Amino acid sequence: MKLITAVIKPHRLDEVKEALRAFGVQGMTVTEASGYGRQRGHTEVYRGAEYTVDLVPKVRIEVLVEDVDAEQLTDVVVKAARTGKIGDGKVWMVPVETAVRVRTGDRGPDAL
Amino acid sequence: MNGADTAFVLISAFLVMLMTPGLAFFYGGMVRVKSALNMLMMSFISLGIVSVLWVLYGYSLAFGPDTGGVIGNLDFVGLQGISPESLTEKGGIPVMVFVLFQMMFAILTPALMSGALADRVKFSAWAVFLTLWVTLVYFPVAHWVWAEGGWLYELEVIDFAGGTAVHINAGIGALAAVLVVGKRIGFTKDPMRPHSLPLVVLGAALLWFGWFGFNAGSALAADGSSATMALNTQVATGAAVLGWLVHERIRHGAFTTLGAASGAIAGLVAITPAGADVNAMGALAIGVVAGGVCSWAVSLKFKLGYDDSLDVVGVHLVGGVIGTLLVGFLAVDGVGGLEQFGKQAVGAFSVMAFSFVVSWILAKLVQATIGFRAGADEETAGVDQAFHAETAYDLTAGGGSSVRTRGETPVPGAAPTAPGAKRHETYAGAATTGTNAEVHAGAEDGTNGGTNDETNDGAEARVDA
Repeated sequence: MKLITAVIKPHRLDEVKEALRAFGVQGMTVTEASGYGRQRGHTEVYRGAEYTVDLVPKVRIEVLVEDVDAEQLTDVVVKAARTGKIGDGKVWMVPVETAVRVRTGDRGPDAL
Repeated sequence: MNGADTAFVLISAFLVMLMTPGLAFFYGGMVRVKSALNMLMMSFISLGIVSVLWVLYGYSLAFGPDTGGVIGNLDFVGLQGISPESLTEKGGIPVMVFVLFQMMFAILTPALMSGALADRVKFSAWAVFLTLWVTLVYFPVAHWVWAEGGWLYELEVIDFAGGTAVHINAGIGALAAVLVVGKRIGFTKDPMRPHSLPLVVLGAALLWFGWFGFNAGSALAADGSSATMALNTQVATGAAVLGWLVHERIRHGAFTTLGAASGAIAGLVAITPAGADVNAMGALAIGVVAGGVCSWAVSLKFKLGYDDSLDVVGVHLVGGVIGTLLVGFLAVDGVGGLEQFGKQAVGAFSVMAFSFVVSWILAKLVQATIGFRAGADEETAGVDQAFHAETAYDLTAGGGSSVRTRGETPVPGAAPTAPGAKRHETYAGAATTGTNAEVHAGAEDGTNGGTNDETNDGAEARVDA
């Protein structure tokens, strides 16, 4: 199994979710995140005090997949998340030793 | 008795009452989330303390028969001798209406100072300071300015609704307290962004609305004077919003929401002493000057290095001085001129000197005895937790894993200053997720922690699985 993690622009979440669903992915976990990469933050002004906000809001998606689907799914996520502008985010993949479905105790690919 | 005037002043008193919670929201939205409740409470407690003090001795000290031009005597202690039939000498409204109306001013004025001390003072020390300050600073100054026999009243200083007695007084008192208490940890280094600007705008709107009672009600009659004041209040405030925004756009490149709300307050402050004695053009001038100048004045704290956290000095002191001095020139009916300007200056600067010195001494006294300042840990973790045993918002999806317990077990780390408190919260925090463990001791039977059961899907975290 592999864990695909994607940190993307928040407004691309629905596209990515739909693309994964169309591919047949059964579930995903989404977290609000913030961070910075090459995209710069912005400046805010409060009564003349200027603050540079350099952590940009992002959405972090995590999906567990079977090894055979991993490469293709990564491409699906990248395609759905891309806007072509700076700050589109990153997608990465790591191996996973095991997974358990809490309700049934199923292990491995059966738990997905 | 004049029924129309009585009704008008009564309703005005109710409007002024609303200003204190309005101020609480105005300030509360401007602080960081960890001290939002404390900021609300610093204003709200004034409704409790000063309401009591006012009937015990406050009204008597402020409006009792004059003693030497500086303070009232104790004839009206406990409001003795004031019956429902007692009428004011001028105007003929029940004295009780006047007592109630002026009580709301006495409540609001010390609350104004709280914004300067945001995030870092002990709540108990604030309550003590407020009590001392309103007794030894506000009651005398209100007497000077508004009571028959008060020395500024006899000098014919124009202060229709409280430019000197309320705003200059609170502004300079706040500065003195700030100089004693010191800067917040991380001042000028850490980002200290307002946690809720909508709350600030809500507060500003409540203040603006309540201010009609404050200003027009000060005529103590439903007449031409109150009508002039009401109109000028609106005109000056609108102009001040524009004045602040234009300055801000030029200096900082944006029309900010906080700027619009702040400009409104600056305009309201500046028109307060002046509004009944100027025409609409005068009100316009006062408003636009107050908006522009206060917008600049709020940056002074960074240059001069005092941490007037929510700009009580920059808005209330500066706005109060602008209105008090400008009316010296702009007053209609031949009153305005150099002579009146001189009187206004005497009024403004005598109140400033007196209030600064006494406020500084009182703050020092509190600091030296019970300690004014919160501990460094309490300040960095947030004074809400330290002094109120609560958090302002629970926005965690699952309710933050709160655990309800019963019994008398003391809860470590929970508000030592609140003996007998029924509800405690402690936080065993997981860093970034905001998960916290709450322990409620001795809460009411049967309920399960109220909002903790709500799930908040969508906004915070989505889990489809």
